[in-house]
Amino acid sequence: MNDRHYAPHTDDEIREMLSETGIERIEDLFVTIPEELRARVFNVPPGMSEFETFERMKRIASDNSKEMLYFIGGGFYDHLIPAVVDHLAARSEFYTSYTPYQPECSQGTLQALFEYQTAICRLTGLDVSNASLYDGATACAEAALMAIRVTGRKKIIADGCLSPFSRMTVRSYLSNLDVELLELPPLDGLLNLEELERCLDGETAALIVQNPNFFGLIEDIAAIAEKVHAAGALLVASVYPLSLGILKSPGECGVDIAVGDGQSLGNPLGFGGPSFGFIAARKAFIRNLPGRIVGETADREGKRGFVLTLQAREQHIKREKATSNICSNQGLCALRALIFLSSIGKEGIARLASMNRDKAFHARELLSRIPGVTALESGQIFNEFTIALPVSADLVAASLLNRGIAAGLPLGRYYEGSENCMVVTVTEKRSRKEIELLALAIGEALQ
Amino acid sequence: MKLIYEKSVKGRCGVELPSSDVPKAPSLPGNLLRESAPDLPEISELDLVRHFTGLSRLNFSVDGNFYPLGSCTMKYNAKILENVAALFSTFHPVTALLPDGEKFCQGNLGLLYDLSQLLADITGMDEMTTTPMAGAHGELTGILMISAYHRKKGNRKRYVVVSDSSHGTNPASAAMAGYGIITVPTAPYGDMDMDLFRKAMNEDVAAVMMTCPNTLGLFNPHIREIADIAHSFDALMYYDGANLNAIMGKVRPGDIGFDVVHLNLHKTFGAPHGGGGPGAGPVGVKSELVPFLPLPRIVMNDEGEFEVQSENLESIGRVANFFGNFGVMVKAYAYITMLGREGLIKASELAVLNANYLKEKLKKYYELPYDLPCMHEFVFSASRQAANGVHAIDIAKFLIDRNFHPPTVYFPLVVREAIMIEPTESESKATLDAFVVAMAEAARIAERDPQALRDAPVSTPVGRLDETKCAREQKVCFTG
Repeated sequence: MNDRHYAPHTDDEIREMLSETGIERIEDLFVTIPEELRARVFNVPPGMSEFETFERMKRIASDNSKEMLYFIGGGFYDHLIPAVVDHLAARSEFYTSYTPYQPECSQGTLQALFEYQTAICRLTGLDVSNASLYDGATACAEAALMAIRVTGRKKIIADGCLSPFSRMTVRSYLSNLDVELLELPPLDGLLNLEELERCLDGETAALIVQNPNFFGLIEDIAAIAEKVHAAGALLVASVYPLSLGILKSPGECGVDIAVGDGQSLGNPLGFGGPSFGFIAARKAFIRNLPGRIVGETADREGKRGFVLTLQAREQHIKREKATSNICSNQGLCALRALIFLSSIGKEGIARLASMNRDKAFHARELLSRIPGVTALESGQIFNEFTIALPVSADLVAASLLNRGIAAGLPLGRYYEGSENCMVVTVTEKRSRKEIELLALAIGEALQ
Repeated sequence: MKLIYEKSVKGRCGVELPSSDVPKAPSLPGNLLRESAPDLPEISELDLVRHFTGLSRLNFSVDGNFYPLGSCTMKYNAKILENVAALFSTFHPVTALLPDGEKFCQGNLGLLYDLSQLLADITGMDEMTTTPMAGAHGELTGILMISAYHRKKGNRKRYVVVSDSSHGTNPASAAMAGYGIITVPTAPYGDMDMDLFRKAMNEDVAAVMMTCPNTLGLFNPHIREIADIAHSFDALMYYDGANLNAIMGKVRPGDIGFDVVHLNLHKTFGAPHGGGGPGAGPVGVKSELVPFLPLPRIVMNDEGEFEVQSENLESIGRVANFFGNFGVMVKAYAYITMLGREGLIKASELAVLNANYLKEKLKKYYELPYDLPCMHEFVFSASRQAANGVHAIDIAKFLIDRNFHPPTVYFPLVVREAIMIEPTESESKATLDAFVVAMAEAARIAERDPQALRDAPVSTPVGRLDETKCAREQKVCFTG
């Protein structure tokens, strides 16, 4: 029975269809494939029923550890997700639909994406947003390419406090292009303004910074923007969208292109995906945006409707001259973000952001009291902070993992000389008790 | 329907947030602080639910409608896949990057490893990466690996060869990776013109990108010869896997000369399209390209445990944050597990049967520029109807009034007034027959009352929308 999965024809129907097609056997449908090109090997195991498959998948899932208390971030964050998000995004009219190229039968997806773009513009304080990209790291790379197009310049500066995952992605995207990529070493966990001034020149297309940065510190974006603009370059900022509930928006700080990972907005951790990347920019750059954009228009009777617009930037029209090769968006994840943002609303996002900061602040105080532990306090924090331990952070992190606590992200792999440091993340989901448990466990590990 | 922002009422909130159990932190300095919270919707939970339920009803979907969309493989998305994905939704990806962190996520890592093995077997490749998040992302990853291969060998290569019937992503991906594009026209026999291809090839070509079967639904019998010519210039062969649904178990790209393959798990392997994403675009390579695979890589050690390899100087590096669209891969893995060897072969056979059946039933109504046995899809031209002032787009819009999602229109670019049809294996004979009736009706109306088709659709929430006005006004954000 296994070969019947989701193929509805009976044997009689197959015979009838073959005869209507003038073909004798199914195998004859493949006569145009020369014999010498046929597969000799195809080792996929035999199929199984839906029930057996589910049991097998449960067994695989049970090979992951069940309970883990997360004090790690690094781009993905353990935030609450209101129940409405799962329920509404699970409507199959959303998740089994296709890219809305036919607008008359896709107004649901199109209007939702227009509302999403509006939410991203309001969060970032910028004028235009696309309908989403793959993730935060690729959004950084797309922003770098966009800045090169806009300025006609060929040098990108990536701040060393930008997530190493994003920096590596930017590096890969630029690896075969005639573009110089410069990485700026951090100073006390912050962007080094003096060094930046030395690196900025008439060839610089953009600086990419992260806020809050990888160490958890909040940068003075407005001051950075001033220096970048003085060199005629663009400022790209990778931001943590939930932090924008309380932090000054990129638009207000002079950022030209804001990007980031949208996971914190209603998307589960899911071992890293799917989530989505966002990109927003000043209006003047709209024709240089990558990916899909939804716009408002009207039908012949003047009724409001939404369509994919400015498609003459995209690969299916422009081929090699497109602004990007991207041909999809992470539509369903962007929809989840819109439902999430609509559910928590204007006041909710401010409260949620404050609560993240309060918890992280409290945790930093508790951890700083542990003998031998110091916190990096060269700047303000949102919900992450860096601590220095008296021993290798790898050892402490590994020992706490065995107690079911992901205590932080050790920095030794990513920053030379930081072997004793780790970044600790505290979201609104961590209770006071759990924070105390973390402090206790780190203290015990150090004894 | 009103926008959610137009339903917003100041002071309303859709969810009760937990209260904080820690002391308040000292406030941020004013220069970092936002003056007022971002203007997000303020709406009650029930109104929120009604809003998005209302929006969902304005959509066509596979669950509600037949989508004969050429090159998109809109097959049925089994419900069990959603249940399966939910089993894996709460795990933090950074855990796997912590010291000794792998042992806490052997299930996830093992699933990715096993999926890679299955996909490598299906495509005849030596190793796979599951990181790329979509087909186009896979293409870029593949081309970056090809460029790393040539750099290592000291080859100076500047061009990538594509066919004029290729997906737009092929030239766009190659250009994004720094290559110039050479486009080879399609011959009257429907495949890339062999003479022109030979002329196009030279020492500067880094890769040849092919879709096979191509976007006309034709299997290129010269593929081995094309690969031999490419390889004689040390150009690598790239397989765009968008059309793999035609040939599972019949042909393996790795056996016929391809060096790099990308797949679209949301097409061939049953994961839903999500209204335009997320998808997943794993990439397979032959052994000579294995050193360049992106990071992180999942490998099995001698004890049979799975490890994450985050460093390798030859690798092209990262192409995304973590492990790709993991949730999509869980669905594809479950799909392959359920169907198994015989099920996958049967899926391809019935996809090809359904396409040939529709082609034969419909060819008396529409021009068939390449009247050859097709694979899983085929392309009509609305040229007969165009003589009467009815265009492919008009037929598409009429089909919406008959509750069918339109086929792909105006692609591939090599066919004038193209109507590209891919029924997939999921659809029953009854559905296909109903579609034939609607297509025949469109052809009849095109002769008798062309204006009626130009006025379609009439049954949708909005009529045909003014795209020029939209591009001119550029209202991409609600400012009210």
